[in-house]
Amino acid sequence: MVTNVTSFGRSGLYDWMIQRVTAVVLLAYTLFIVGFLLLNPDVDFQQWQALFANTAMRIFTLLLVLSFAAHAWIGLWCVTTDYIPMTGLRFLVQAVTGLMTFVYVAWAIHIIWGV
Amino acid sequence: MLVSVYRYNPEADDAPYMQDIHIDIPGGKDIMVLDLLQLLKDKDPSLGYRRSCREGVCGSDGMNMNGKNGLACITPLSAVVKKDKLVLRPLPGLPVIRDLVIDMAQFYAQYEKIKPYLINDQPAPAIERLQSPEQRAELDGLYECILCACCSTACPSFWWNPDKFIGPSGLLQAYRFLADSRDTAQAERLADLDDPFSVFRCHGIMNCVSVCPKGLNPTKAIGKIRNMLLQRAT
Repeated sequence: MVTNVTSFGRSGLYDWMIQRVTAVVLLAYTLFIVGFLLLNPDVDFQQWQALFANTAMRIFTLLLVLSFAAHAWIGLWCVTTDYIPMTGLRFLVQAVTGLMTFVYVAWAIHIIWGV
Repeated sequence: MLVSVYRYNPEADDAPYMQDIHIDIPGGKDIMVLDLLQLLKDKDPSLGYRRSCREGVCGSDGMNMNGKNGLACITPLSAVVKKDKLVLRPLPGLPVIRDLVIDMAQFYAQYEKIKPYLINDQPAPAIERLQSPEQRAELDGLYECILCACCSTACPSFWWNPDKFIGPSGLLQAYRFLADSRDTAQAERLADLDDPFSVFRCHGIMNCVSVCPKGLNPTKAIGKIRNMLLQRAT
């Protein structure tokens, strides 16, 4: 058993599961948005705003943002633990990544409910 | 033909270098790479490499031949030589002791971690623990591993974290004991593997499968371990 306190869920299985579930959410949202744009090739501001004013769409978008944050954290944590062997530098990069992820999530919530 | 061999003697050389040697194969025969190494050693007795059984059983002469890991003794020149040139390097990712000889301590440390022996807490029967032919068949494709390290040293996840990721060879062996009907320590074995490094550093690129000289499939075994972990946790 290798212990590590910086991974998303401590357990490898948990990280693996979260990575897969969030990937499905990212795919579903991408397909939805691409489908919406294909069905409305001449989409205007009113239609776009109406779409995001819908509570269901806001919940879906929040789910996307949270999934994206978890997915990105697990992926980038893997990259940093592979390629940055120096513990101090690795922890710093991970801390910056975590802070940026939090800022993006908070900012995205502000945008979603600001439409 | 031209053979380019990785040379490094830490007592004499500041840094490793490639030694180019032109050599004629007697009779132009399609000999094994190990036979070629013997010809090179006849020319230059200071060349170091490991070998023993010369028939793909002992796993001593794993090396990197024209960029691909394999056993020198069962790899004919026709399978690896390109444009009449052969580049021989030690297995990548582990410390070099000398020339083509690597220090496999990290590889063995990972093997030791998975407890590569049967654990059974029940009283021993009078003669032996029996298995049905079906239970025995579960071990096929697993027990044949000869620990040559060709797979683990072809794995980038093992290169970056050789102290934390068990590696394809160790995980194939881990599944060999998880799948054994006579073993009673399945829960403890799985609990030891459920961290972000031991198993889950495998991203399924299958370098291990493409280089295994015994034709085994560590990626499949790792998938089975993951499914067992998943079964246990959901």
